[in-house]
Amino acid sequence: MNIFYKINNLSFRAQKYVFFLFIVVFSIGVVEALVLSPADYKQSDSVRIMYVHVPSAWTSVGIFSVIAILSLGNLIFKNKYFLTIAKSLAPSGLIFNIIALVTGAIWGRPTWGTWWAWDARITSMLVLCIFYILYILSWRVFENKESVNKITSVISILGLINLPIIKFSVEWWTTLHQPASITLSGSSIHSSMLLPLFIMTAAFVLFSVLIFLMKYNTELIKIKNKGLDRI
Amino acid sequence: MTFEIISMNGYGLYVWSSFIFTFISFFVLYHVIKFQLKKEQEKFKSKYFDLTEEKTENVKKQKTYREILAFTNISKI
Repeated sequence: MNIFYKINNLSFRAQKYVFFLFIVVFSIGVVEALVLSPADYKQSDSVRIMYVHVPSAWTSVGIFSVIAILSLGNLIFKNKYFLTIAKSLAPSGLIFNIIALVTGAIWGRPTWGTWWAWDARITSMLVLCIFYILYILSWRVFENKESVNKITSVISILGLINLPIIKFSVEWWTTLHQPASITLSGSSIHSSMLLPLFIMTAAFVLFSVLIFLMKYNTELIKIKNKGLDRI
Repeated sequence: MTFEIISMNGYGLYVWSSFIFTFISFFVLYHVIKFQLKKEQEKFKSKYFDLTEEKTENVKKQKTYREILAFTNISKI
């Protein structure tokens, strides 16, 4: 497939540009989040945790959706690049999931008076974390190529069922976690807080792109290393 | 001003620990992935230099290999 050759050739060159772009956007985002954005009238300065918690949760869920779609694509089209891309996306997805869980716990302490609650939203995010760990471990544990392709695809497709639960858990059940403040119909967050939130989200997406490129290049060199043995 | 940023109206411990945890996670993940990439590049380098001249020419004809060679700075050696 021609598009994959283009990705292969672009991935090596794009890495350094994405790195510099991430540094710039992340620096602006951090200054906006910690200094320029206002404190909340109810939560005071603890609201600033939102600028790392929410983008990491969004990115983590988004990455897993892509992994599941690519795995589904692999089962249908039998293309190895789908799985290589999916495998390269997983490490940043897991890290963002862990950041969302840890910063959520830190935010929960001053807001709810507890570090952890077996609330539907928090528990479903923990389940997503388990799916990420199982997915990454499967790549390391199973050596047979056919088995690992099937197992990782099944894990990611099963994990896909959890994503609507994460999204709608705050509406389906009475939860400690607040409902979504940003929906397709609008936002209840003031623009002075929305701007740093979007800048930080852009920075987190750039970081996941950077990690994806580095991991994808590693996988590509690994494949080509095997190719050198056959030449 | 500085004290206000550090104390965050009494929420400094929570806010700063969240941001520091995020920074550390980014730093660790970036360096772990970079280490894995360097390791594969080194493997590629040693295998490439073990090839015969004829095989090296064959490798250079393929676009993805050319990109890897440029990326690992072999083409500059």
